[in-house]
Amino acid sequence: MATTTIAAAVPLRRPRRATLLRVLLRRPSFVVAASFLLLLVVVAVFAPVIAPYDPNKQVLADRLQGPSAQHWLGTDDLGRDVLSRLIHAADLALLAPLISVGVAILIGVPTGLWAGLRRGWVDAVFSRIADALLSLPGLAFALAIVAVLGPGLVNAMVAMGIVFAPNLFRVVRGAALAVAEESYIESARAIGCSTARIVWVHVLPNIAAPFLVQTTILMGVALLAEASLSFLGLGVQPPDSSWGSMLEVAYQNQYRAPFAVLPAGTALVLTVLAFNTIGDCIRDAVARRRSA
Amino acid sequence: MSTTVIVRRLGGGVLVLWMVSVITFALIQLLPGDAAEAIAGDYATPEDVERIRREMGFDRPVVEQYVRWLLQVLSGDLGNSLYSGRPVTDLIFEVAPATISLTCVAIVIAVVLGVTFGIIAAIRQGSWVDRAVTSLATFGIAMPNFWLLMLLLLPFTVMNNWLPATGYAPMSRGFGTWLSHIILPATALGLASAAELARHARGSAADVLARPYIRTARARGATGSWLISRHVLRNAAIPVVTVLGLHVGRLLGGSIVIESVAGIAGLGTLAINALLQRDYVTVQGFVLFSAVVVVVVNLIVDLLYGWLNPKVRA
Repeated sequence: MATTTIAAAVPLRRPRRATLLRVLLRRPSFVVAASFLLLLVVVAVFAPVIAPYDPNKQVLADRLQGPSAQHWLGTDDLGRDVLSRLIHAADLALLAPLISVGVAILIGVPTGLWAGLRRGWVDAVFSRIADALLSLPGLAFALAIVAVLGPGLVNAMVAMGIVFAPNLFRVVRGAALAVAEESYIESARAIGCSTARIVWVHVLPNIAAPFLVQTTILMGVALLAEASLSFLGLGVQPPDSSWGSMLEVAYQNQYRAPFAVLPAGTALVLTVLAFNTIGDCIRDAVARRRSA
Repeated sequence: MSTTVIVRRLGGGVLVLWMVSVITFALIQLLPGDAAEAIAGDYATPEDVERIRREMGFDRPVVEQYVRWLLQVLSGDLGNSLYSGRPVTDLIFEVAPATISLTCVAIVIAVVLGVTFGIIAAIRQGSWVDRAVTSLATFGIAMPNFWLLMLLLLPFTVMNNWLPATGYAPMSRGFGTWLSHIILPATALGLASAAELARHARGSAADVLARPYIRTARARGATGSWLISRHVLRNAAIPVVTVLGLHVGRLLGGSIVIESVAGIAGLGTLAINALLQRDYVTVQGFVLFSAVVVVVVNLIVDLLYGWLNPKVRA
């Protein structure tokens, strides 16, 4: 009897998740933002095919040029084509946030679930640690971790992941606390479900929405952090480049080539905007479904 | 606010500060491999490493090291810079005024712009003003602050010579000189916070404006600025103050990059240089100092919150 109830409950959730996507696809802002990110993925994957020039080919005679028919977005201080460099750095703009959000998920989700479901001293200890970490200025703390690990893109992004982990911890813990109060969790326990099964079948689907909102917004914050750290020379190291390190080059030459400030910054803003818009849309859609 | 609440809040703040001290202490302990070797650098002789190990107390048990370090910190001694040998506290107090100026002006800009535009948007809900504020806020949040500063520098310093491009001028050189140096970096630093504050202020002001007591006040003849200053502002300020408290840490972090673009010798520049010189003691001092500032500011915000909102005073 008990098993049939659960078996009946599982397929019921499927159409609900499909509805969220359908609700989202009806929003023009979501469609635009998602298409932009898809386009970015395509650009990142096919960068060698799409880019008009070798991103590292230096033509010193053509340095610091403005936009032209040959170089649509001009050239940098070593005469490299800015458009090609922008295209080749697109993969980092997606990978770097993925690393930090991945690290944040690995740390924040299990601890959040554990604290929310177990409560008691586990919750008290983890919550205090999260409070302390959240009270550190994010970038300053990341700087300290980079000091320990050494500069480099992966290290910088792992550092940001550690900085973000308490955010995810809070979201997951809060959601888990709320879910744990529900009577169906009690029923599931009463019929002998293991904790792992309760987490997998009942808790995770219920915290999916706040989790998704938080992770998409963190993707944008992580990209901004990557740009900042690479701008400071603590993230990506030459000859690799990211939009942040391209901005550093543009900044050094802003008096001779003011235009160069625009391309990488615009790409950054549009990508962050896309992440934020998707996060906002999911939040709205979920809130509306709740109130409906 | 009752004394017990204040005591409990202070206790919580002290607990967080203690945890912060453990985390910052752990930083040096976590240096890969041998901490003394990492600090000595690549060209150190074994004697150098041994000397550093003794001087820093790495040859003692970890708990003893921590207690000694904590007592030192509590007496205001953050250790000596590994690079210049000078006390880290001196280094921090030399550059702190620049960063404090930058952050404070940024907060003022964030509050003035954020609250003003947020309330205007709430009053004219659904109008083009509202839509413009909302979309600008969305852009402001997505904008990297250092790029914004580069964009601001283009018209004001690169193409024209309207404002000084780099550096910091202390207030002693005159208010105008000080402001002309700080205004662009502070705007770039504060605008993202202004955008987020505008969103929150719009939300809470819209919420307040829909309340029955506003209708009552209107019926009694309250209009315009009287209505806003007397009834809306204080109630709408509550969420704004909370958000502002959360932003102090972000502004301090953001000032690191802004200082480097604006050529301001502040805390951020100190931290970056220390990091590149592998001056771990200074980095540690910087992290601890910033954390203390953020915790204390948030404590003040918490207490302020109780004053603004009598409902949480219990």
